[in-house]
Amino acid sequence: MRTTVSKRKIRDRFVQKVEELSGQKLLACYQCGKCSAGCPAVSQMDILPNQVIRFAQLGLKEDLLESKSVWVCASCYTCNVRCPKGIKIAEVMEAVRQVLLRKRCDHVEVQKLSAEEKAGVPAIALISNFRKFTS
Amino acid sequence: MKIMYYPGCTLKSNAKNFEDSTLCSLKELGVEVEELRRWNCCGTVYSLAADDLIHHLASIRNLIRVKEAQADTVMTLCAMCYNTLKRVNERVKADPESLAKIHKFMDEEKISYQGDVRVRHLLEILRDDITFAVVATKVSRPLKNLKVASYYGCLLVRPKEIGLDDLENPTVLENLFVSLGAHAVDFPYKTECCAAYQTVDKPDTVAERTYHILTSARDRGAEVVAVSCPLCAFNLDHRQKETARKFPEFKKMPILYFTQLMALALGCGEKDLRLDLHYVDPKPLLQEKGFV
Ligand code: SF4
Ligand code: SF4
Repeated sequence: MRTTVSKRKIRDRFVQKVEELSGQKLLACYQCGKCSAGCPAVSQMDILPNQVIRFAQLGLKEDLLESKSVWVCASCYTCNVRCPKGIKIAEVMEAVRQVLLRKRCDHVEVQKLSAEEKAGVPAIALISNFRKFTS
Repeated sequence: MKIMYYPGCTLKSNAKNFEDSTLCSLKELGVEVEELRRWNCCGTVYSLAADDLIHHLASIRNLIRVKEAQADTVMTLCAMCYNTLKRVNERVKADPESLAKIHKFMDEEKISYQGDVRVRHLLEILRDDITFAVVATKVSRPLKNLKVASYYGCLLVRPKEIGLDDLENPTVLENLFVSLGAHAVDFPYKTECCAAYQTVDKPDTVAERTYHILTSARDRGAEVVAVSCPLCAFNLDHRQKETARKFPEFKKMPILYFTQLMALALGCGEKDLRLDLHYVDPKPLLQEKGFV
């Protein structure tokens, strides 16, 4: 994958937005990779958790907004509790999801779920899924 | 001892086995339980976005109901309710400005909540107030020869400020099972995420996690896995159907709430266990051990 880094991207409003929504200082991350090492969802991610932080630092907005990773993250907080710099990676994942959800780009389309799919899971699953994946 | 109790939605439906076995156990332990009046859904997940205050309202309203009942502590059973209620509580305690904004959205409430309710999980009450030594004295049917692996999942132990035990190696459930006369089996996947709500749109992911979690428990000798979250329970139990389809060598394993095993040990009847709500029938194992 070819990625272009530029001052313009780094200064993009997107970086500030992610910092605001997540409440995190992205530059505190020194890319040790600990978050990715313990993440149970990495096998399904196209960008690893430490890369999500790096991409956010560099303002690689398109890559992040198109990534699968933020939707396979289940906010399990394993990364958060292990990060030696105290960065809340799960909150950064949430910030990227929120940027999309607030533009009504839902990940789960409720009306497309079949009656069986909805009836087959308990309310707790539906409510938490819709809270995380719909606007 | 009297405790104010917040059930949450799933305890009244899919996880009725969790509720009934808890209420019977606490009765056997001499604890009086009062269900909170007019409780509502906690929201199930804590809102992580810094500016998203509106979703904290549901939890705050429940804490107001606790104040209305003139209580200062509320007990939860569901790990998701516990985490959400406690985290919202901690957030508004540390952030009076947000709390003031939240109040503006619910000015019909008669009580202006100040963050002064304690949110506690049943496990904390058993460990710290009743104590496992006392629980052991009330056991009438020791869970002899039963090899139980305890699965904590995420929300009982993470994040650190919210968790009720060591976040990498919790032992509270194992200690409880030892006091009930069971053989507690340790296993490396006890705090690994089951993929939670991904079960709605990515059941395959859950099947894979279930495979790894339960196979690890079985490899360590477990005959049953105990849980404390209705979503973990659904994923680890009901998704075994998909797990068996995906991994032909997978062997099914019964999943029970820790309170069902406690209720058994404390002498509760089968009607309090609601074994009919399970996908993998735990009855053959419990019969084999002579517990039912
Ligand atoms: S663990 Fe923390 S410091 Fe290390 S790569 Fe992840 S976010 Fe960065
Ligand atoms: S919170 Fe998300 S990114 Fe972090 S370890 Fe869990 S699944 Fe991975």
